This record gives sequence, C-alpha cells and structure tokens, in this order.
Amino acid sequence: MTTTRRDFLKVTALVGGGLTLGVSLPGAVSNVQAAGTLHTPNAWVHIADDNTITLISARSEMGQGVYTSMPMLIAEELGVDIRKIKVEIAPVGEVYTNALLGGQLTGGSTSVRDGWEKLRVAGAQVRTMLVTAAAQKWNVDAATLKAGDGKVTGPGGRKATYGELADAASKLPVPKDVVLKDPKDFKIIGKPTKRLDTPRKVNGTAVFGIDVKLPGMVYASLEQCPVIGGKVVSFDASKAKAMLGVIDVVQIRDGVAVVADSYWHAKKAREAVTVTWDEGAGAAIDNASMMDGIRNAKDAPTPIKKTGDADAAMKSAAKTMQAEYWSPLLAHATMEPQNFTADYKDGKCLVIGPAQFQQGTQGNVAAAVGLKPEDVTVQTTFLGGGFGRRLEYDFAVQAAQISKAVGKPVKLLWSREDDTTHDFYRPMAFHRMAAGLDAAGKPVALTFQLTSQSVTQRAFGLPKGTLDPFMAEAAVVGYDIPNMTQELIEHDSGLRVGYWRSVSHALNAFANESFIDELAAAAGKDPYQYRLALLDKQPRFANVLKIAATKAGWGKPLAPGRSRGIALMEGYDTYMAQVAEISVKDNEITVHKMWVAADLGRMVNPDTVEAQIESSIAFGLSSVLGSEITLDKGRVQQTNFHDYPVIRMSQMPRIDVTLVKSTEKPGGIGEPATALVGPAVANALFAATGKRVRKLPLSPDNIKSA
Amino acid sequence: MTTSFNLNGKQVTVKAEPDTPLLWVIRDEIGLTGTKFGCGMALCGACTVQLDGAPIRSCQTPVSAAAGKKVATVESLSKDNSHPLQKAWIAHDVPQCGYCQSGQLMSAAALLRTNKNPSDADIENAMSGNICRCGTYNRIRAAIKSAAAEMRKA
Repeated sequence: MTTTRRDFLKVTALVGGGLTLGVSLPGAVSNVQAAGTLHTPNAWVHIADDNTITLISARSEMGQGVYTSMPMLIAEELGVDIRKIKVEIAPVGEVYTNALLGGQLTGGSTSVRDGWEKLRVAGAQVRTMLVTAAAQKWNVDAATLKAGDGKVTGPGGRKATYGELADAASKLPVPKDVVLKDPKDFKIIGKPTKRLDTPRKVNGTAVFGIDVKLPGMVYASLEQCPVIGGKVVSFDASKAKAMLGVIDVVQIRDGVAVVADSYWHAKKAREAVTVTWDEGAGAAIDNASMMDGIRNAKDAPTPIKKTGDADAAMKSAAKTMQAEYWSPLLAHATMEPQNFTADYKDGKCLVIGPAQFQQGTQGNVAAAVGLKPEDVTVQTTFLGGGFGRRLEYDFAVQAAQISKAVGKPVKLLWSREDDTTHDFYRPMAFHRMAAGLDAAGKPVALTFQLTSQSVTQRAFGLPKGTLDPFMAEAAVVGYDIPNMTQELIEHDSGLRVGYWRSVSHALNAFANESFIDELAAAAGKDPYQYRLALLDKQPRFANVLKIAATKAGWGKPLAPGRSRGIALMEGYDTYMAQVAEISVKDNEITVHKMWVAADLGRMVNPDTVEAQIESSIAFGLSSVLGSEITLDKGRVQQTNFHDYPVIRMSQMPRIDVTLVKSTEKPGGIGEPATALVGPAVANALFAATGKRVRKLPLSPDNIKSA
Repeated sequence: MTTSFNLNGKQVTVKAEPDTPLLWVIRDEIGLTGTKFGCGMALCGACTVQLDGAPIRSCQTPVSAAAGKKVATVESLSKDNSHPLQKAWIAHDVPQCGYCQSGQLMSAAALLRTNKNPSDADIENAMSGNICRCGTYNRIRAAIKSAAAEMRKA
C-alpha cells in the first residue's frame, strides 16, 4: 500500500488547495443490472438501450446520504430525473479516487467537496456526448438541440431518448471542455430531495454486509486475543471440532476461527476453544499509565501555528490563566458489528462487505492472502454505520484468510463484544491551555498544546515528527487574539487508534471552546458577547454565532433549572455555532434542546444536511454524556451497550437548525456538529452549577469530582 | 427435532436446535435478512420482531419459544412500502445508515397496535429498547405520529 500512503500524504498537504478533475477514464466493469445493452460514456454514467440510467457513487453509503447526493450532482448536468435513475456503488478504480484524501475512501466529510465539480463535469460530458450523437444522427447543428429529462430534442419535433443515443455517444471522444450550469439554474442541486435508499431500508431489502450470501457459504466466528495485538501460542479445538455443524477450526494472524454451517454453531463452538496467548507489550497498558505517559510525554512538540509572540504577551498580561482538559478513549460502536464475506478461489479473491476504504481493503487483502491487488475484487454493500471504523480493513483481511484456509466462501461476523473490545479507538487527548488577559479582560495571548496519539502514523505511515494534519483540526481558533501559538505532541500510548467521527475537531474544540468560556468568566463577561467581540474580522464565524444565539434566545430568561452554553468552530470548511439548553439533577445532565447555525456554503441536499447535523449531535452527545473506553492490563473493559452506553430516544434533544444561504464553496457536514456538543454542554453545565468540568465525559462521576 | 411457527402469515418448520435464538433461525435458516443482529444481549433492539403481536428481541428468544405462535418481521409490513409506518418513514426521510430501522419499525408497529394516539412519552417508552447510532430519534418520533394519524383516519 505504499502508493496509497504516498498519495495520501501528498494530497493531505494539499487539503483545501483545489480539486483535481479526472473524470474521462472509463470505469471498471460494474455489476449493474439493467435490461438491454449497457453503454458507459464515462466512469460515472451507464445508460442501457431501454433508457435505464445508472449513476455511480464512488463513496460508500453509511447513512450520510451519498447514495442520493452524488447522483444529484451528476443528474443536474446530465439532465435526468433523479427519481428515475438507479444508483450503483463504484468498484475499485483509480478514477474513483477522492482527491481530497488521495485514495478511494469515504471519510473526512469530503464527499460533496470532492465531487462538487468533478461529478457535474462528468454529467456535462455525457450530456454533451449524447447531444453530439443526436446531431450526427439527424445531421443538424448540435447548437439547435436540447437535452433534458432523459432525452435530446431538436428542430422539427425530433426526439431521441438517452438510451437510443447511448451506443453512438459512448463511441465519441470524451469532450475536454464542458460548460457547467450557472448555479442559479440548478433544478436538483440545493433542493431538498428524498433519499433514494429509503424505500429498501424500510422493508428489509437493503443489503448490508451481514446480509451477503454466496453459494456454498459457511460462517466464521473469530476468537482474538483479549489484548489487542496479542498472538496465538497454541490452541485446543478438539471439543469445538466435535460440536454440531462445525466444519473446521483454523488459525489466522489475528486469532482462531471456528467455521461452521451457521453463525450460531460457529459462535457456540468458539466458546469451547481454548487458546494460549502471547499477549505482547499491550498487556502492560492501563488507563492510569496512559494518562501518566501522556501528561509526562517527552516527545518533541510539533508546531501548528505561531502568531505574534505569545510568550512575551503572556509576561506583560494583566492576568494569566491555565487549564488542562482530558478527552477519553472512545469506540465507534457502529450498529452493524464488523463483518465481511470472502471467497478465495483459483488465485482470486472476492470480498464483499461494508468498506469505507476500497483500495485499502483490496491492497491489504491481497497482501494477506498472497495475491496481486488486481486479483482481489471488492464489492461494497450498504454500511450499518461507519464513523471511521470501516476505514480499517482488519475484518476483511480476516475473512479472506479464513476463506483461503478452509477453501470455501466464508462470512465472518464479529459479536458486539468482539466489536467493542477490538476497535481502533479514538485516542486519549490532553490539552494544556494558557492565556493572558489585558486589564479589560480581553485576551492578548493564547497558547494551545495537544498531547495525543497520531492515527495517521499508524494508518498511513506518517513519519514521526511530521505534523499530523488530522490532529491539528480546529486547533487554531478564529478569534482575534494577537499572540498565539498552537502546537502538538504526538505521543504513542501503545493502543491502536483510529479516526472517529470529527476526529480531532472534537478534542480541540472541547479545549478551545471551554477555555474561551473560562476567559469570559474570568473577565466577568457574557460568553456570547465575549466571543463576538473577538470576531470583527471573521464575518462567517460572527454570523453563525449571532444566529445560534438569537434563535436560542440568548440573554432572555430561562425556565427554572435551565441553563445555556454556547460553542463555535470552523471544521471541514463549515462554520458552525451551537447553543445547548440543559438542566442538571444529582450531577446528571439532561440536554433539552440544541440550536445549530451552520454556514457550509452551497449545499446539495439541504434535508440531508439537517439530518447529518441531527445525527452528529446524537453521536457527540453519546460521547459527552457517558461513553468511555477504559483499559486494564491491556484489556478493554467495556463489552456491549450496557457498559458502553449510547443515547436513546428519551435522551435526544430537540434540535433547531438554521442553514445560512451561501454561495461559498461547499463545506463538509457529516462530522462538524459532533465536535461542538462537548463544549456547548460543558459550558451550559458551568452556567448551571459554576463547576468547570475539564474531563470528558460529563458523567456524574466526573461532575462530582470536578 | 423441528419447530413450527407462523412467520409473516406462512407456516414454517425449522430444524435448528430449540435453544437457537430466533434471530439466527429467521436470518440464516429461513433466509429473511431484514431483521438485524446488533448486540446479542437484548440491549439495542436491532433484532426486534413481534411474537403474537408483542415486540421481542429475537437475539435472546430461543426458537422454542416461538413454537405454535405468530412471528412477524419487518418484511410483514409490506413489500411495496404501503404500510402507514413505511410511508411515514419515507415521508420523514427517517433512515440514515438504516441498520436499526427494521427493529425500530417493528417496535413502532407494536406500539400502534395498542395505542392509536401515542404521546411523546408513550413513544419514548415504547422505543426505549431501540438504539439508533445515527440519531434518527426525532424523525422516528415524528414519523410514528404521522403514521398514527393516518391509521386513525383509516
């Protein structure tokens, strides 16, 4: 996977630096179902003779709505009714690379930002080819023709469906320069559009990874070392092998797999396997030692940004303040436990399942079973949640290894306990913050230091000492503070870590937005007004802050027992403010309502934008109210939803969303709202109780001991 | 040893051992995969089906408990999405990843069997066993109310 690493890092450096357009290559052969012959003018559009039009989403559908928004971008320029098309998730192909991340992967709230221009170009290319084909067929000037609603029309009542023109069109050269619509003429983009995947998600027909079935398929349950990274020394499967339905018991890199004629038989027999483990270095880790290691990390700091001279300004400040913040380890807890189906046969391997990173899956499966990447076919199903967990491919590799070992198609399914105890966890984070205030309480200096573990070092081989851009997210605040330094300490705590929805935005926004609230309190100022006074040069920040505050009735009297907190951030090119209204009883927080104002530039599907904000708040709130992963002797202590709780309906706040009308380039929306829940609620907790809780989650224990 | 029960209106006879969770019988032996596996401990509700009309967690219900009874899965609502709950789910664009929604729908359908005009508290109570990691709760609540209103008119 060296190519991916290199590309990833190369492109990572360019994030925000403009999109690459590469849409004219033919796509890999797809398994699209359509009547009649299929024609593929470019990698994004398939048109059958019967006018069945299939648009390709190169991004995985994990709830964020790309199954609808990606086709909307193509359909706008192609001129087809979004309700009449079919959608297919892309196979693995270079053309489907996400230019913002350098690989074919879904994450980082990049799908619309990456696709915004290239998918419209793709649609316009095919439309142009269809019009050219019609002009040649009718021997008329292409300028006299119109394309739309799946057909080309011309003078004298001439009319041909895209299906009738597709064969000829797909033989034409792909036009290099196409003219895109003026956004004011958009008919699809920016209009609330019903999701195209909903019908099959309400009648049981949507196919997730767990639902895949291949002829002759058997089922596997995998016993992995309770300490992540541990290895099998020996195992005794004699009892298991004698159990009903068991086909084989095989050792693979990560553990011992029981293969049976049903999942239940495999799982039951797995309980009868005894394994002796070499637990490895991970067995020495526990929470206290991790926190100690992070606090006392000796790794050299990596600068993020320096503005003015914070040290000097701190010395001459009228008042200085320091604070430390902690964020815990977290699991992703996708509703669909990890799984993949693999069929290794005759020097080829087919793997089917929920994947966020198709190239990573292909390359790593290939390496693990001794094949070339091109001999591994990856098919992506619907994902029962992703949140970053399915950027990993451990489960796909395991399925392929088991299939190779038993010579049969295999579905590997993890239990919830496997899933909770063998995640790639959001790293623990520690922030040291300091500020200097002038006599009026205004900040003249701010220093920010994050100590945490780099996911990118593990996942993509980022060299140590190189700035991990995913750790620096939302580290630099928008406030007008003349002297600032932001830096991070990349410290490896020994536990494997992964990207978790909103990644470091959540860590850094918790520290930054709690601390600015502390400064406001120290200055005796209202936290909203205090922030606003520092945003004269930042109209997009100021605007969302004002909207959220106004909608929430900031400054107006509250019902007895209620309090408000506010927080602000830019992330994924999206500007967002949130206000939380809460009450506290016996150190337990109830979040009644959240107000969100978001300026994410142009939007593709505003209804999905709202849904993603709602979703992000629920996801963030689960982590803020009580989820926490802890380690003892290297073992994750939580196993299921009883000890790793996520919010239920009764805990879901009402949410009021205001979306700012904007002609700015699109921002991402799958994640940013997640990051602001922590500081908004923590600030409301301070307003309610006068207690500044600097350690997440805001659980009764942490509130009590604050 | 076999077990017979009524599944979505059809009589079925299955071979699984009596202690096999109903979930795996429905999914792996019968092949109806709308019902999902989430936790295996009756904590998340992804596996919710109805047993004689009551919502149960099929991951913790042995198939023997279904003998001679009526089991209904999400596939029983309708194939063409004509059930009021399915229509409301579509109208409110409820699902995101969609994985939990079969269970959500079956809990909601069980609620509306006995309560034609549920309050917020009724809904939150009836749906408390169903986790949605995508946080579609507010839309689920609204969709249940829409479906209830439609069912009252019918």
